[in-house]
Amino acid sequence: MIHFVILINRQGKVRLTKWYSTYSQKERSKVLKELSGMVLSRGPKLCNFIDWKGYKIVYRRYASLYFCMCIDKEDNELEVLEIIHHFVEILDRYFGSVCELDLIFNFHKAYYILDEVLIAGELQEPSKKTIARLIAAQDSLVETAKEQAGSISNIISQATK
Amino acid sequence: MASPPPLPSSTSVLSSASSLADSLFQRSLDDLIKSVRSDPSSEPSIIARSLSEIRREIRSSDPLTKSIALQKLTYLSSLHFHSMSFAAFHTLELLPSPSPQTKRLAYLAASLSFHPSTTELLPLATHQLHKDLTSLSTSSSSSSFPFLPSLPLHLLSLASSADLSSHLAPDLVPLLSRSSPLQPKAVAATYRVLSLCPSTVPVLFKPLVDCLSSDNPLTVSAAVGAFCELSAPPNDPAPYLPLAPEIYRVLVNSRSNWTLIKALKIFSRLVPLEPRLGTRIVEPLSKFLRESQAKSLVLECIKTVVSCLPTHTEAMRLAIDKIKELLSSDDDPNLRYLGLQTLGMLAPGHLWALEESREVVAQSLTDPDRSICHEALRVMMAMTLQENSIESCTLLVRQAAKSDPEFANEILDSVLTSCSKDFYELVVDFDWYVSLLGEMARIVHCTKGDEISRQLVDIGLRVRDARPELVRVARELLIDPSLLGNHFLYNVLSAAAWISGEYVEFSKDPMELVEALLQPRTSLLPTSARAVYIQSVLKVLTFSCNSHIDESSSLVNDTVIARMLSLIEMTVGPLAESEEAEVEDRVRNLLGVVRLVANIKDLSGDKDKDGMIYEVVRVMDALFSDEMGPVSANAQKKVSVPEDLDLKDNLADLSEFISDNDAAMSRSNPSILFYPQSCNASEEVEVGPTSVAESTSLKEHRKRHGLYYLSTDKETTEPELTEDYPRVNETLPLSNGDTTRRVKVTKLRPTVVKLDEGEDLATSSSLSTKVEAMKDDPLSGAIKDVLLGKKGNGASSSFDASSSSQGKGKDKVKGKEIKSKKGEEGESKDRHKGRRKHKHRKEPAPPVSVAQETPVIQDFLL
Repeated sequence: MIHFVILINRQGKVRLTKWYSTYSQKERSKVLKELSGMVLSRGPKLCNFIDWKGYKIVYRRYASLYFCMCIDKEDNELEVLEIIHHFVEILDRYFGSVCELDLIFNFHKAYYILDEVLIAGELQEPSKKTIARLIAAQDSLVETAKEQAGSISNIISQATK
Repeated sequence: MASPPPLPSSTSVLSSASSLADSLFQRSLDDLIKSVRSDPSSEPSIIARSLSEIRREIRSSDPLTKSIALQKLTYLSSLHFHSMSFAAFHTLELLPSPSPQTKRLAYLAASLSFHPSTTELLPLATHQLHKDLTSLSTSSSSSSFPFLPSLPLHLLSLASSADLSSHLAPDLVPLLSRSSPLQPKAVAATYRVLSLCPSTVPVLFKPLVDCLSSDNPLTVSAAVGAFCELSAPPNDPAPYLPLAPEIYRVLVNSRSNWTLIKALKIFSRLVPLEPRLGTRIVEPLSKFLRESQAKSLVLECIKTVVSCLPTHTEAMRLAIDKIKELLSSDDDPNLRYLGLQTLGMLAPGHLWALEESREVVAQSLTDPDRSICHEALRVMMAMTLQENSIESCTLLVRQAAKSDPEFANEILDSVLTSCSKDFYELVVDFDWYVSLLGEMARIVHCTKGDEISRQLVDIGLRVRDARPELVRVARELLIDPSLLGNHFLYNVLSAAAWISGEYVEFSKDPMELVEALLQPRTSLLPTSARAVYIQSVLKVLTFSCNSHIDESSSLVNDTVIARMLSLIEMTVGPLAESEEAEVEDRVRNLLGVVRLVANIKDLSGDKDKDGMIYEVVRVMDALFSDEMGPVSANAQKKVSVPEDLDLKDNLADLSEFISDNDAAMSRSNPSILFYPQSCNASEEVEVGPTSVAESTSLKEHRKRHGLYYLSTDKETTEPELTEDYPRVNETLPLSNGDTTRRVKVTKLRPTVVKLDEGEDLATSSSLSTKVEAMKDDPLSGAIKDVLLGKKGNGASSSFDASSSSQGKGKDKVKGKEIKSKKGEEGESKDRHKGRRKHKHRKEPAPPVSVAQETPVIQDFLL
């Protein structure tokens, strides 16, 4: 199973983290420091798998972001590489030519998308179209709800509550 | 837009302001992010300020304000690692909110920050989660938010605890059994719930199994994935054996690579338990290997074939060809890495395949990529046998000399461990190995000094024939002054010194040894090493004096002895005032002997005048002439207790030594006395000596039959060694006792003294205990109960044997009731699930134990 997903940029700043196993806050920052050291120092021609503390780290670099996933020893690394690529393609579709800034300012949306792709450390949905549809549906629901809440009558009724 | 820095007095003022005003002044997430990015240097202070703002805002009563505050806090917590636990209660407050955006945010915050270990408020969410999970069945909210249950499913899968799982398990069942977009999510949440709380097995397991045969390929994929995770080590895969037919069907029918990979993984765990499964899956596997374009599937097939089906030659041949393809892909380092990894899996059964790829492996050792080098090293070590150990190890050590420090030490470590396994099983030519050890010590970044020195001494003790070579290597190490400065090597040097002292009879030039041992730079060594050096000097001196008296050696004549003595006095003399106790002690010993034999150069051959010198030399020589051998780890146990030693004696006499306070405590606490014997009860006293007598007679028996200090209890048929050491020139057969691997060598492998160390015997017993431990796993027990209970209705009495706790018994009864109820409902509900298949399977006579399960599988698979 996938234990955690981390997105780091070239300077070592963390853009997204999702943990599917228990790690305390201190352990999380420790793991991040180690990981950024290892992944950022690898050259471009080297293979995408690192052995780390009995687990394997599979990473891939897209422009300035490194997408890293930590898996068990007996998991299939090529499968995880494909999962990473799948996730990136979905992000691309949703944001339209995604760049790092998109992830910075819409981090909660990135989380929602990740939740649709992976659940409990396993791949959930291999079809990009379905995920795009799901997220779009959820977004439209939120939009309509927001519109309703943001209407003048609602604000007034709330203020006078 | 910036709010003023919060002070304790102002918070009360601000919170009393209207919520409308608050929301106008609240910073949104975008503002927060922009402010954090705007000024990197003051990031901590901005974050601290935002945190205090958030703390204030989150306590407001307006849900919108709260939710935005929560959103900001989620951001800060996930990317800057501040603890979110103070907001747990507020998160819970927001969970029931009707607005989907707020709800979503609240669930996101909950799933990122809740965990049974970090917050105790998790049970408070139970009711809300329950409502949300069952919201699809109530019509009011289903139209507005059909994906509502997905949120609590996520939360359950990430942050659940055993209690929460057991309460919410019944709510998962309807989600599992309806075909909706949520079914795969429900499956994933179910597997988490199952692994956390085995008592939910009766409720949840059957619906999960039904999902395997669902029409929705996503559900099938999720279900297979769930079983894959549930059967992963360290869990016990045995309970999932009855599901093999279902999974086989999935394997054959599914189009999706993800599903196939997971199904293959499950089979790779089941096949070792049930070999007939192997024959069934060979065909689909070979088909995949031949035709599939997806590298990931091919990789998984290779792994499965190699690990579980070593006897099917055709499949193995296919797999090995594919591995060679992977290895030869020059442009993709990923494939090369995976090729090496799978190649390593082929050992030890198929070493011929590894031999064919030898050059590729050797080349990969020099690859700039660290991961590839590691894998190549592992494969190299797996390939090493007695025949090729010399070339492999020399190649590796040469490579180590060229590599960076970390990798060099790894190479050395693996060479050292594999060569010393089984009492140096791999080493045929000890002379070569000893010189290799010396070379290893010289490698620039070597940190394995401990192991090298241990092996040098060990070989010296066990292998007589190698001693001359050892002394030669030791002499080289000692003479070289540059090594003395390297603090990693001091234990290698002290081992070298010990060897030269102990086996000085093999050395060619004792004077040179003494000079090397006493050179000025030895002051750089730590105390322990110096103590060994001084002691070795003493041994060399004794030997030289003895051989001078005997006039047996041409090297040691008057001038040499005189020089030796004067050198010793000169260099060692000042050390007599040294502050280190060990060094001082030995120096004084040495100087004492030197003074006693000071006149040895004036020997006149007249025994009477020089009587004392003769005496001294003879005594000293006798002192050092006993040969030291290796001591078995079990030696102490084998020493028999003397007959008059009564270990069970009443230690009440100790009370004389204990003060009054302690004595009062000890009298109340009976643990000091081994037996609560009083001096009056005579019959109890008698028990002691008789039992001791019995045990000593047993030991007598053992001693008579040779199970004692030097012998071995091993199962090997050929006698490894006799009660005495084998003589040096005795032509004993090769001591590893395995006739099949005897190789024609020009020189007979020297005999290696082995003792009953008990190391190798331990492995078989530990394996058996591990298997038993796995069987006690409550989850596997529960699943076994469910699966077997499905097949047999009246077999409840036998379950008591398998279940180990009372609690499980209670749950089983309850579970059976629930199962029967749900069974009725389920029968009426699903028509398209193919439940007839399950009924069909119930027809064979209900087998009671796992052993009898095999007939059922046989019907289906063969």
